Amino acid sequence: MDITFSAEELAFRDQVRAFLSENWTDNLATRIRGDNQEFKAAQIEWQNKLNDQGWLAPGWPVEHGGADWSVTENFIFETERSLAGAPDVVPFGLKMVAPVIYGFGSEEQKKRFLPRILKNEDWWCQGYSEPGAGSDLAALKTKAELDGDDYIVNGAKVWTTYAQYSDWIFCLVRTDSSGKRQDGITFLLIDMKSPGITVNKISSIDDHHSLNEVVFDNVRVPVANRIGEQDKGWTYAKALLAHERTSIAAVADSKRRLRDLRKLLAQEVSGGRPLSEDTQFQNRLSNTEIELMALEYTELRVLASTADGKGPGVESSLLKIKGTEIQQAIQQMYMDLAGYYSGVIHGEENAETIGHAFGHDARKAYMYGRAATIYGGSNEVQKNITAKYVLGL
Amino acid sequence: MNFNLSEEQNMLKYSVTRFVQDQYDFESRRANAASELGFNPKNWQTFADLGWLSIPFDEAHGGFGGGATDVMAVMEEMGKGLVVEPFIATVLMFGGLLNKSGNAALQEANIEKIIDGSLQGGFAYLERQSRFELADVKTQAKRDGNEFVLNGEKTVVSNGAAANKVVVSARTSGEQCDEAGITLFLIDTDAPGVERTTYRLMDGQVVANIKLTDVRVAADHVLGDVDQGYPLIEAIVSDVIIALGAEALGIMQKLTTTTIEYTKTRQQFGVAISSFQALQHRMVDMFMAGEQAKSMLYRAVCAAESGAEDLAKNIAALKVMIGRNGKLIGDEAIQLHGGMGLTDELDVGHYVKRLMMINTTFGDADFQQKKFNKLSYSD
Repeated sequence: MDITFSAEELAFRDQVRAFLSENWTDNLATRIRGDNQEFKAAQIEWQNKLNDQGWLAPGWPVEHGGADWSVTENFIFETERSLAGAPDVVPFGLKMVAPVIYGFGSEEQKKRFLPRILKNEDWWCQGYSEPGAGSDLAALKTKAELDGDDYIVNGAKVWTTYAQYSDWIFCLVRTDSSGKRQDGITFLLIDMKSPGITVNKISSIDDHHSLNEVVFDNVRVPVANRIGEQDKGWTYAKALLAHERTSIAAVADSKRRLRDLRKLLAQEVSGGRPLSEDTQFQNRLSNTEIELMALEYTELRVLASTADGKGPGVESSLLKIKGTEIQQAIQQMYMDLAGYYSGVIHGEENAETIGHAFGHDARKAYMYGRAATIYGGSNEVQKNITAKYVLGL
Repeated sequence: MNFNLSEEQNMLKYSVTRFVQDQYDFESRRANAASELGFNPKNWQTFADLGWLSIPFDEAHGGFGGGATDVMAVMEEMGKGLVVEPFIATVLMFGGLLNKSGNAALQEANIEKIIDGSLQGGFAYLERQSRFELADVKTQAKRDGNEFVLNGEKTVVSNGAAANKVVVSARTSGEQCDEAGITLFLIDTDAPGVERTTYRLMDGQVVANIKLTDVRVAADHVLGDVDQGYPLIEAIVSDVIIALGAEALGIMQKLTTTTIEYTKTRQQFGVAISSFQALQHRMVDMFMAGEQAKSMLYRAVCAAESGAEDLAKNIAALKVMIGRNGKLIGDEAIQLHGGMGLTDELDVGHYVKRLMMINTTFGDADFQQKKFNKLSYSD
C-alpha cells in the first residue's frame, strides 16, 4: 500500500502546474465557452499549445508523437488539468480514432491521418450510434457495399457530436448481415466533404448545438479508407470502449466543480445567512463528496492495476456509473443553489444586469449533463455488463 | 503507486483465511457466540500462538509493530468468518490505549500478557446518557492522596464478561460534555466496588454495564496525563474505525458472494432467479457499494499510514460509507434470499446483525456525517 508520489513525479506535477498557469488563460477560458466557430477556434488554439509542449497526445506511441508517460504521470496531468478548469481535448480524433489507426491501420493510413490529427488540421467525429442502434450498438444498419475500389455507404448516424465542425467521420458500417451481428461490421474513415453526406442539426435541451444526425446517400468511400479487414470492425472498436468508460468518470473534474460550488455556497445567502451554513446543503455536499473521495481511490486502484499490466479490470463500468451519478448530483446542487435564476436565459452581455450569472451555466450543465448516464453505454447497460462479466450472472 | 500487501502482510492475511476455513464454520461460530463469555478461549490461545495478538504493539514490548495495513489485512478476513473472539476489544482498544499511553510501567506489566493470551481487556467509554458523544462523561474520579476514587456507571462495555481489566474514562475536571478534564484509568474488574452486569448484543458479543462505587485506583494507573484523556480516546477510536471498516468490508464481500451464489441455484418460474434483470441490477448495486467501501478503506489506511493531515475527515467518511453501504448490502442480501433470509438457520441474518452493530459502534452514519460536515465545511 503506497500512494505517495516519487520526487520525479512531484517535479512533473510542478511542471504541469507551471504550464497550465502560463497557458490556460482567462481569455481562452471565456472564448472556449463561446458558441460555434469561436469555440472551435479557441479549442484549436488550446490544443496547439498542448501540442507545442508535446502533451496533446501523450498516450500515443512515441514514434507518432506520444509522451511516453507512466500511468501515474498521465493521472497527474489529467488531475491538474481538471483542477485548473482546462477542458479535455476533443477526443474523437486524438483519443478515439487515432488508437484505432495506429493499432490496426496500414502504414499509409498512419502517415496520412496521424500528423494531421496532432496538428489539429483535421477534426473528427464518431459515427457509431444510429436511430435503431443505441446501447445495442451491434444492431447498426448503415450499409456499405463494395463497388470496384469503393464502398457505397447508405444509412444514417445519430447523436454525432461536433459533426458540424468535422472534416472526417469514423464509422461502423454493416458489410455482412448473414452471420452473428458483431461479425459483419467494418470500420471506415469517411471524408465529410464526400458527395451524398448531409449533416442535420439536433437542438438539445441545453439550448446548444453539439449533436447532429449524419445521413449517407450513396456516399463513395475508397477501400483504402478501411481499417484492417472487412467485417472485423467490431474488434477494433471494442478495444476503445473500456478506455471511454474510464475517462467518462471525470473524478478530478467533479472535485473542481465541488470546490467551486462551495465558494458559491459561501456567497449566496438565505435569510441573511450564507447557504454554506445550511445543514441540508451540507449533508448533500458531504453525500457527494464522500462518494467522490471513494471513487478517487477506485480510479487509483484501476490505474495501479493498469500499471501492473493487468488492464483496467472490472472497475471500469463502476467508474462510469458512479462517476456520472456524482456529476449529476453536483449539477443538481448548482441548480438548487441558483433557485429562480436556474431558469434565466442570458448571454454574456446582460449577465451582470440580471445577476446570479452562474444560474445560466448551471442549467446548461444540468441539461446537457443528462447525457452522461446515457452515452458510452447507458448506466443500465453498464450494470448488465457488470452482472454478466464481473458477477457471472 | 500500488495497493498491494507486502509478502509478510499477505502471509498474515492468509493465516486468518486458513483459520476461518479450517476452524470457523458457521456452526462452530454459533456455538462460540452462544457460550458464557461470548467466544471460545481455545481460539484465543490459537490467536496467541499464531502471533495475531501482538500485531499493533511496538517491538520493544514484544509486539509485531504492525500498522493500519496489517490490521486491515487481518480484520477483513475476520469479517468474512464472522469471528466473535474479542480481538478489537482486547488487542486494539484495551491494548491500543496502553500502547499509546506512554505509561511504561503499565505497558511492561500488561502488554506481554495480552500477547501471550492470558489477559483480556475492554474499554469502558460509554454511559447511559452519552449516546455517541465520547466526551459526555459523568463518572467522577476524585483525587485522594496517591489514589483516585471513582464513582459512576459505564455501559455496553465490550468483552464485558471476560475482561480482567478495563480502561475507564472518568471526569477529573470540567463540565459533563467537555473534552478537557477526562482521565483514563486502568482498573481490575474484580477490584472492590466494581459491579458487573453482563448481557448479550444481537451480534453475539457479550458486553457489560459496570457500576463503580468508591473504586480506589492508584495514581500510577492513569493512562496518559490527568485531564488529558480525550485525545488518546480519539486516536484509538480512529484506529479502531479502520479495523471495523475492514471487518465490515469482509462481511459485505461475503454477503454479496453468498447472495450471487444463492440466486444462481434458486429456481422460480422454471429458471434460476439470477437470470432476472431486476435482481441482477440489485446485485450490481451491492457489488458497487462494496467496491466503494473498499476504496474508502484504502484511502483511510493510506491516510493513517502516512499521518495525513486530513486523517480525521477520511475516518469519518469511512464510517459513513460502511454504515450506509453496509445497510444497503445487508438489506439486499436478505431481500434476495427471500423467506430464507428471515431464518435464524441461515448465516445471512447473522452477518447483517454484525454490520448493524458495526454501524452503531463509535457513532452511526448520520453522526459521523455531522462530524464530517463540521471538519469540512465549518470554516
